[in-house]
Amino acid sequence: MSALVRTDDAALAEAVGTVPPASPLAPTPGPSPAGRQRGFGRRVRTVVPPLLVIAAVLALWQLFVTVRHVDPQLLPGPNLIAHSTWDDRVNIWPAIGVTTEEAVLGMALAVIVGVVFAVSIDSFRPVRGSLYPIIVASQTVPIIALAPLVLVWWGFGLVPKIVLVALFSFFPISVGLVQGLASADPDAMNLLRTMRANRFQLLRRVRFPSALPHFFTGLKISVTYAYSAAIVAEFVGAQQGLGVYMTTAIRAAPIRTDLVLGAVFVIAILTLALFAIVGLIERLAMPWRPKP
Amino acid sequence: MTVRGANLELRGVAKRFSGNDGDVVAVDGVDLVARDGEFVSLIGPSGCGKSTLFNIVAGLERASGGHVLINGEELCDRLGASAYMPQHDALLDWRRVIDNVGLSLELQGVRRDEARRRALPLLQRFGLGEFTRAWPWQLSGGMRQRVAFLRTVIADRPLLLLDEPFGALDGITRADLQQWLNQVWSEVGATVLLVTHDISEAVFLSDRIYVMSPRPGRVTSVIDVDLPRPRTAAQKEDTRFLAVEQRLRHELNAAMSAWGEFAGSQP
Repeated sequence: MSALVRTDDAALAEAVGTVPPASPLAPTPGPSPAGRQRGFGRRVRTVVPPLLVIAAVLALWQLFVTVRHVDPQLLPGPNLIAHSTWDDRVNIWPAIGVTTEEAVLGMALAVIVGVVFAVSIDSFRPVRGSLYPIIVASQTVPIIALAPLVLVWWGFGLVPKIVLVALFSFFPISVGLVQGLASADPDAMNLLRTMRANRFQLLRRVRFPSALPHFFTGLKISVTYAYSAAIVAEFVGAQQGLGVYMTTAIRAAPIRTDLVLGAVFVIAILTLALFAIVGLIERLAMPWRPKP
Repeated sequence: MTVRGANLELRGVAKRFSGNDGDVVAVDGVDLVARDGEFVSLIGPSGCGKSTLFNIVAGLERASGGHVLINGEELCDRLGASAYMPQHDALLDWRRVIDNVGLSLELQGVRRDEARRRALPLLQRFGLGEFTRAWPWQLSGGMRQRVAFLRTVIADRPLLLLDEPFGALDGITRADLQQWLNQVWSEVGATVLLVTHDISEAVFLSDRIYVMSPRPGRVTSVIDVDLPRPRTAAQKEDTRFLAVEQRLRHELNAAMSAWGEFAGSQP
């Protein structure tokens, strides 16, 4: 994706030759130390408040559980959850690996399907009329209800999980990209037409780069579904994974509520990590945007 | 740059759009001539069909009637026969300045490093040497227009079409850019057709000015500007310059009031 719009800095430096002397008007290359500090400060200001809120909620939860002597099978405190999950890390590690593989491969399939749908909807008028409503309608189907069928069709292995994750996730990607492709600046399109650009060149040079921000907005929404979709698929039928881990903890006698909630926290953290990775890819794919 | 100018001739060019309640005539019977190396302006109030006429010459729209001749030839497909600078700079945000300038070369199949090699001297020659690596968002409005103009020039086309290139700029920047444009153009030697709504700009830059009236867009008068070249900002104080400006203002008022009476006579 980024290869299409990448600017080759080395080739540029070669073509430009020596770097011209710095001028007060010239844009400064890279952030100044002061700018970097300001960026760091801003990052601290954006990260610290939500962490404080989370810490406060966990503290209140722990206080409530301890003071009221709540049965840990009903609601364990965060302290117990953390300890039990850590003690059970031998079991949870492989589960994380399996589910992550499903989520990431499912996202990859969702991106492929989403892009193919979006580009065909955009390229062919008849397809726009016939395919777009179907894709929208597909989102009214309860995908969870399809999970057992998907397993019947593809068995209990990796494939049905990937398919389910993709089914959950491709829609925001498609919609974002369709909207993005339609949002290209008409002036720029006309300009390239006067330069005799063909349809493919228009797509590659103007419409695709201007669609990227919309595409990534869609992808960021999608990626938050990935782990949940993988776990739903595992609930229905699987040998390994976080979904299986949770099912096992629920079916244990006595029930291991602490481990179920531990897995929930792990999933939340994994989803956040996936979201952050997409954010990083977004920045790398669009180097022309001002640094946040 | 070794561009020769083109001879542009419009004969009775018309453009009608069909709407729900009958046809709308946007441009009607426009005759216009721009000879090799001339700087010709179209001036008129908004809605007089300047931009439509422009898109027809550029090949973006088809005329409903009349002829457009470039060097005596009427081409079916005029896209690429001229270089076009749109009203808004239309710089591509994802290309550095140097790559925005080299865009048309790359579209013709020139490799990117070769396009840069050709864009670089142009940028250095015309005061943008320090900005080659900048992204468009880092530039001021005036700088963006300079980049957009060099992007138009690099294509080596004998005819340049400039659609209100300085319309969105403040007065000081605009005057600065008019002089800059004058300098670049005198070295390029291409024929220029400029659309503007600025009287002083038209007089300062042009060899000839076509005044248009709105609804339908018609040429109501032609003014030859025989002020000496190269022109300088000091000339704007000159009585001859002011006299041309005054005449142009009269013609524009006449074009407007003719339309006003026409519009006023409608029930």
